[in-house]
Amino acid sequence: MRIPSLPGPFWLGLRMFVPIAISIAAYGVVWGVLAGQAGMSVLEVALMSGLVYAGASQFVVLEMWTPGQLPIVSIVVAAAIVNLRVLLMTATLRPLAGHLPLPRALAVMFLVSDEPWALTMGEVRKGRGSLAFLVGAGVLCWASWMVSTLVGRVLGAFIDDPTRYGLDFAFTATFLALLLGMWKGRGDLVPWIAGGLIAIVTARLVEGNWYIVAGGLGGSLAGAVFDHFAGRRETRDVA
Amino acid sequence: MSPEALLAIVGMAAVTYAIRAGGYLLATRLPETGFIASWMKHLPGAVLAALVAHAITAGGTAEALAAAAVAILYLVTRNLFAAMAGGVLAVYLVRLALGG
Repeated sequence: MRIPSLPGPFWLGLRMFVPIAISIAAYGVVWGVLAGQAGMSVLEVALMSGLVYAGASQFVVLEMWTPGQLPIVSIVVAAAIVNLRVLLMTATLRPLAGHLPLPRALAVMFLVSDEPWALTMGEVRKGRGSLAFLVGAGVLCWASWMVSTLVGRVLGAFIDDPTRYGLDFAFTATFLALLLGMWKGRGDLVPWIAGGLIAIVTARLVEGNWYIVAGGLGGSLAGAVFDHFAGRRETRDVA
Repeated sequence: MSPEALLAIVGMAAVTYAIRAGGYLLATRLPETGFIASWMKHLPGAVLAALVAHAITAGGTAEALAAAAVAILYLVTRNLFAAMAGGVLAVYLVRLALGG
């Protein structure tokens, strides 16, 4: 694929995002296939990818997507919890967007997700990052997510009776691979183990999907408490 | 599309956008480091760990073995597709072998 090398930060952001967009599209196809298995229609996939546009949140709610009796409250709560970290990302964009009228700046925030943000902040450090760069990367990110999830949903429709092939396990397999991909170091052990244990216990005690919210909140709090004390010990050692 | 599905999607869209806009609006008041920041950064991993832990313990031998296959495949290939496809194949074969 060739992108015309037009001048300007918008096109630079878009061009630099191409390799990342390809890997996002791979995740998007997987999500689309799983969404079809969860009973989501093509229209629902288009609306969710287009309006929510948050990969991690969309993966997590698939586990709760049971047409006929959707647990709407836990779906919305889980989507919010998984997405909460984005607060910290858009907060760092204030210096880039401060010159814009507030409604315009807030419109741009819609395009912020992990990858465009990370790429833009990397360029900011080199002195090339700008809001237009972020918009270029974000537009391509949104488009690749939208198209690839729809492609996955349509391709997935050709697979019948998923459990016969073991495709029901695709959810767990995908979540496990996504989790392993998030590994940054030993600091992740505490939140992951705590989150897992809390989920197992909660699932035994509470009906429904609340084990996801309980494990996520409890595990991440345990991780933050651990970081807090580990960090304190380090500073004391240095002193 | 059912009204419930529409409501769930609109609700998700509202909370995720509120978070995106909220970070920008609260920028000067949000901590970049410290307890709250580290808590928010741990959320996605902890949620996925919760999903995986429950799925594996609620499943049987086939699921546990297939999960091990997924972990090895992902750590070797770093490829989501390979790990997912390998896991599905593994669970299918083990179920076949166990007559499940």
